[in-house]
Amino acid sequence: MSEPNSQLWEVFIRSRNGLAHKHAGSLHAADSTLALQAARDVYTRRGEGLSIWVVPSNAITASDPAEAGMMFEPAQSKIYRHPTFYDVPDEVGHM
Amino acid sequence: MYTQALNAPQSDERHLEDADKSARFEARVANEQRIEPNDWMPAAYRKTLTRQISQHAHSEIVGMLPEGNWITRAPTLRRKAALLAKVQDECGHGLYLYAAAETLGSSREELVDQLLGGKAKYSSIFNYPTLTWADIGAIGWLVDGAAIMNQIPLCRCSYGPYARAMIRVCKEESFHQRQGYEIMVTLSRGTDEQKAMAQDALNRWWWPCLMMFGPPDQQSQHGNQSTRWKIKRFSNDELRQKFVDATVPQARYLGLTMPDPELRFNDATQHWDFGAIDWQEFADVLAGFGPCNRDRMAARRKAHDDGAWVREAAQAYADKERARRAADNAVAA
Ligand SMILES: [Fe+2]
Ligand SMILES: [Fe+2]
Repeated sequence: MSEPNSQLWEVFIRSRNGLAHKHAGSLHAADSTLALQAARDVYTRRGEGLSIWVVPSNAITASDPAEAGMMFEPAQSKIYRHPTFYDVPDEVGHM
Repeated sequence: MYTQALNAPQSDERHLEDADKSARFEARVANEQRIEPNDWMPAAYRKTLTRQISQHAHSEIVGMLPEGNWITRAPTLRRKAALLAKVQDECGHGLYLYAAAETLGSSREELVDQLLGGKAKYSSIFNYPTLTWADIGAIGWLVDGAAIMNQIPLCRCSYGPYARAMIRVCKEESFHQRQGYEIMVTLSRGTDEQKAMAQDALNRWWWPCLMMFGPPDQQSQHGNQSTRWKIKRFSNDELRQKFVDATVPQARYLGLTMPDPELRFNDATQHWDFGAIDWQEFADVLAGFGPCNRDRMAARRKAHDDGAWVREAAQAYADKERARRAADNAVAA
């Protein structure tokens, strides 16, 4: 009796105050037009957004959380990428 | 990510409880880290959450029915617009929750089938009828009030997608409770008849609302494990007590009487003591013998069946468009 699974979409919304589109959730729709309309109804009922992107969920390639250690290791050891790594004499003031 | 497509079962690995992975999982939960869809998780955790989140989703959807009953008969345009917006929100809550449940690997179609096939449960409260307009006030005030008590701690649930859905839901719930209480204020300041109507609604909804928090702690089947996994932050009895403590003064303000002769403030505990709950009634309603179980399921099945042609048409159109684009691309290439 089960119907075939319909396409799942990921919804990204750019809010009034934010610059970037942010992931809001997901929904089912047969095509992108219906996905946009459903996204408006489901995720922006209180004026949460000025722009919506919908992306088929299966078009997203995600990093593997099990590999997160290896994936992000190169950034772990490079503290010299942060401003606090450098000493600036107090007399110089805020920089 | 709310992505079910990313969740393709990794062979049978999912069912093999690797001691190492299990220990790492428990440690992460203990450290208040969120578990995300693609993270390894014990099969029992996945199962518990799928059950809980999908039941929660079903409750939001079925919950539209008792209130939907009064949309066309709301006493003013203001009340009608508010009720319509509230019922739409409940539909939205259902959809956020189905999406969160799907990240655990079941499709929405499967979950909906479980509801329509009578295999999945939903909150017992929605099997009670809405006999008068005052019931709409009582539902917003009490049912949504109880739901908020339940849902606020779920915003810190260990499973990321569920916690995020709950944050959104909780933001929307507060208007639900306020609009309900406003209806109760208006009625209880109205004519004798209106006041009697408000009292009658309170009498009928109070005890079923206390049951919404689930069986008493000693009898709760899912309590301990869920607490250990940080799905549940407070026990059923703790939440029920919080609800009673918060609600009794609100009823007093309305000048209404709680339908519980044993209700009294306990100076020693600083809580309101209340009378015994009829757990047999709760069991009966859950087993399908509440006043409206059949109506509710019949209405859901009818809505699903009546909507089938819309889903089919949308899919047929999408398929045709896709085929047309593929053909165009083939010509262009
Ligand atoms: Fe809700
Ligand atoms: Fe609500």
